[in-house]
Amino acid sequence: MSTPQAMPLAEALAVVHQYRADAVVITTMGAAREWQTLEPHPKDLVYMPSSMGQGPPLGLGIAIAQPDQRVIVVNGDGCMLMNLGCLVTLAAQAPKNFTLVVVDNGVYEVTGGQATIGHPTKRADGQPLNFADLARAAGFTEVYEFDDAESFRFEHETLHEPGPVYIVLKTNHQTKDISARSPGPPAERIEDFRTSLQS
Amino acid sequence: MFAPEEFVSTLTELGITHVVWIPDTTLGQWDAALRVAPEIELVQVCREGEAWALAAGLYLGGAKPIVVIQCTGLFESGDSLRNILHDYRLPIYGLIGYRSFLNAASLPGDTCLKFTEPVLDAWALDTVFLKDESMKPQFAEHYRKCTEQQIPGICLMAEGAA
Repeated sequence: MSTPQAMPLAEALAVVHQYRADAVVITTMGAAREWQTLEPHPKDLVYMPSSMGQGPPLGLGIAIAQPDQRVIVVNGDGCMLMNLGCLVTLAAQAPKNFTLVVVDNGVYEVTGGQATIGHPTKRADGQPLNFADLARAAGFTEVYEFDDAESFRFEHETLHEPGPVYIVLKTNHQTKDISARSPGPPAERIEDFRTSLQS
Repeated sequence: MFAPEEFVSTLTELGITHVVWIPDTTLGQWDAALRVAPEIELVQVCREGEAWALAAGLYLGGAKPIVVIQCTGLFESGDSLRNILHDYRLPIYGLIGYRSFLNAASLPGDTCLKFTEPVLDAWALDTVFLKDESMKPQFAEHYRKCTEQQIPGICLMAEGAA
């Protein structure tokens, strides 16, 4: 079996970071860890500690409350699996200012790289779970998939299309340093974040 | 306990902008009234864990949400509640229907009666318990108190048969 093409997580996030404009960016799990290596922005929410799967509804709430504010949630595939229902909630609300980016590497990276139940080795058909098809089935119409950073960079406008937008980024499983990186006390950070949304 | 229009007018007086919910037999009786309430947006989710996070996002964006779920949803949504109300200390308020408290005829031996109050105690949240109609005014009073103090709060509302 050939190895499917995928991009380094850092390269994928660099594109989001470069083209976010004034968007709120909420990052979870492995993406949250990596996002902290990039230049911070007042509208960043490094969602750590998190409740796995709850990043998209958190972002949806902001998008509903502030319809002129673009909200980008960068979620892991493991997080998606913990709350697939949020796709249905998102499609029902259909916020035009919302983008859900799913970083799909097939593993729980921050706990050591154990395969998720969507990984080909765990599935009866031996095929990776198709996260794009899940979104389409839930009602998303703006669905994109990228397996290399240059293609994503070339199509970066997708981040800001009228939404809800759903972007799957196939990424490599990182095997080097994946140790926890603390973004600081959550209550203080979220108050700063809230203030940035009111200004 | 609350008639539909009575519940809507209470929420409107409190300035609530969004009801994030999943209806049950009792709460669902407010559905039609909430849908036409001019100053309230009803946001339905698939599972209750979503409700706390979605309400948190609304609050961060400047809205005044309330979470409305059944006690079974409280059980399901513990991790999200822990994260939003304790890790991030966001002052989100929830109204939780207490299944079978007034009438367990349709679900004899309903374990909601065994676990709801201990679970709420475990989450260490400021809670008011409406056991009967006469206690209804305590909902608005408690909501205002929690809002003033910027703390999370729960109104546990007795329900009848499931």
